[in-house]
Amino acid sequence: MLLRGGRRGRRRRLTDRDRVVVSVMVGVPTLLVIALVWVPALLSVALSFVRWNGLGSVGDADWVGLQNYRDIVEIYPPFWPAVRHNLIWLVALFLGPTVLGIALAAVLDRELRGSRLYQTAFFLPTVLSLALIGFVWQLVYSADQGLLNGLTGSSIDWYGDPEYNLGAVIVASGWRHTGYIMLLYLAGLKGVDPALREAAKLDGCGEVQTFFRVVFPVMRPVNIIVLVITVIESLRAFDLVWVINKGRNGLELISALVTQNIVGEASRVGFGSALATIMLVVSTVFIVVYLRTVMREDNS
Amino acid sequence: MAAHRSPAGLPGSFLATSSITRRTLFRGLAVGGGLAATLAACGDGDSGGGSGPLRVGINEAPGSGRAYDQQKARLDAFTEAELEVNYVDHNTFQEGINNYLQGSPADVFTWFAGYRARSFYTNGLIGDVSDAYPADVSEAIRKASTADDGKQIFVPTNNYPWAVFYFKSLWEKNGYEPPATLDELVTLSRKMQGDGLTPIGFADKDGWPAMGTFDILNMRINGYDFHMSLMAGQNSWTDPKVKTVFDTWRGLLPYHQSDSLGRTYQEAVSSLQQKKSGMYYLGLFLTDSLEIEEQEDIAFFTFPEIDSTVGADAIDAPIDGFCRSAAPRNEGAATDLLKYLGSGDSGSALDTAEIPQIATNAKATTGNYTDLQQRAVEFMGTQKSIAQFMDRDTDPGFASTVMIPAIQTFIKNPDDVDGLLKSIDAQAKSIFVS
Repeated sequence: MLLRGGRRGRRRRLTDRDRVVVSVMVGVPTLLVIALVWVPALLSVALSFVRWNGLGSVGDADWVGLQNYRDIVEIYPPFWPAVRHNLIWLVALFLGPTVLGIALAAVLDRELRGSRLYQTAFFLPTVLSLALIGFVWQLVYSADQGLLNGLTGSSIDWYGDPEYNLGAVIVASGWRHTGYIMLLYLAGLKGVDPALREAAKLDGCGEVQTFFRVVFPVMRPVNIIVLVITVIESLRAFDLVWVINKGRNGLELISALVTQNIVGEASRVGFGSALATIMLVVSTVFIVVYLRTVMREDNS
Repeated sequence: MAAHRSPAGLPGSFLATSSITRRTLFRGLAVGGGLAATLAACGDGDSGGGSGPLRVGINEAPGSGRAYDQQKARLDAFTEAELEVNYVDHNTFQEGINNYLQGSPADVFTWFAGYRARSFYTNGLIGDVSDAYPADVSEAIRKASTADDGKQIFVPTNNYPWAVFYFKSLWEKNGYEPPATLDELVTLSRKMQGDGLTPIGFADKDGWPAMGTFDILNMRINGYDFHMSLMAGQNSWTDPKVKTVFDTWRGLLPYHQSDSLGRTYQEAVSSLQQKKSGMYYLGLFLTDSLEIEEQEDIAFFTFPEIDSTVGADAIDAPIDGFCRSAAPRNEGAATDLLKYLGSGDSGSALDTAEIPQIATNAKATTGNYTDLQQRAVEFMGTQKSIAQFMDRDTDPGFASTVMIPAIQTFIKNPDDVDGLLKSIDAQAKSIFVS
């Protein structure tokens, strides 16, 4: 009781100045988030119910209800391929680069000779912009002068042929993603108490068993971050396909379709907003799932 | 998505790919966020009367090369009124045009002929320029610069035709003759295949070049008027006439360069240059990447006639020029400037072999043109109707979000024309709502 009382007392001693500082520190970011994130997002949702080509006042735009959504689902040919490609992107990022990044981190964590060098090499792609990565891989994939076709003697047009280009692009983006995940995981591994490993060893665990039974569960917070980052990366995948062919011909992604419809002269503002809203809803589902997991953990 | 860049002739789509920045992206996304209305409203305050310098908007920024130099030279030569010229990056200008016109646009600004200009006129965003329209310009160009009510709304300055280009040396060596009909084109193509050549160069990675092929086939098969009304959303895409266009195209596809969806038009030009392909249907800007000596070896013919009752006197030849804003602050000076811009004197600013375009005014000097440019001038003179290319002749949203994927789908799978046309038609109906 005494202790509690003391604590409460200390809290009451918050000066007016502290109070102002705290309000500003909380208030300014909140206002920014509302003004820069939520207001535009909600306006986008509102715009998705109108037909507007950017000419004339938005107030005069025709209210078309769910027409834009119906058109997207029923008569807009690139939509379903885009959904499929986003899903393939997500699954591929998980199975490939994410797992590989974790594996690399686990190996590099063992302080091999030259592990610094490997770390730098694997992390290097992460500091490059995706636009640049698109260009770097162009040198590998080019049909006529590319490294890949030069080595294998094939004549596949890796970026142009819709049968291969999605895979080719995912490999290029995975190249970058691997290093990112590796670094995150490596940082997490450094924080694992060595006593745990020692105890596991004493109890007769092998390396593999130690990792999966002891280290991996301890790393739960990092695992969740890795999961969220992978989901986010696959949803916002955009730069690479835009650089290659503006998200057409086998590289349709929802983000690219939004841009095609709104940015530039196309000005299908309502239609593009409906696509953006669909993306917003999908992201929200993931965010809710993530928050629920995290909060349940905090409560328990 | 303007596929044509004035006057250096580098198509805008190519530049859009190479120069998209986070800023332009953000600007576009802001529009999606509903900020457009606010932004547009900001400019309304100062649109009242008053003189001061005449404001001019140019879609080339300093440092963008010959196109900018030529526009600047042209405007510097105009001394009758003080000008305040705003040079804007090409893509920024193209992409922001809607907001620009609804804000406080310059009195005179660069734009192009066709559907977009007409739709701005109908919406009251640009004005009638009949009083400043140049006299020495062909009837076909006049038609392309005229709105539905018969008023001229656009002052043309320069353009470039689309035609089938080939290297004379290669054709002389192999004894090829320019075909005049579709049958002759097919016969020639077979002969070229026999000689180990790809008959027709083809590239559509950027999505817009193949629109040219559709345009010309539609104009040869169904005529200019049908093409224009189809582009304006007044005809059904499921019309059997449109099906004939795609069927004819399918018949020609085996003679086109394969894997076109992974190739840029520059790469297709280089296979023409390396004498791997025999001919290539493209705009005059094809010569942009060629040395002057090579340009002397290149020649062109118009796309062959398909139906003799339709003839072959319509082409795509995008025209660049100027429009006047709906409410100019200084109307008299704006008219003077437009008269000058459309004149032969201003056209002479283009009298160089460096820029693959030609002046629209017949009085412009052409002494420095290459032979090819000279022939382009003669060629333009023989055309009865001039289309502006699909992405200028139709709603830009329809062109970029419907037709690009549709044409690419056709190239990938040319057999399901009925399904494709049904899909295009459904989307066209949702975009062209009267």
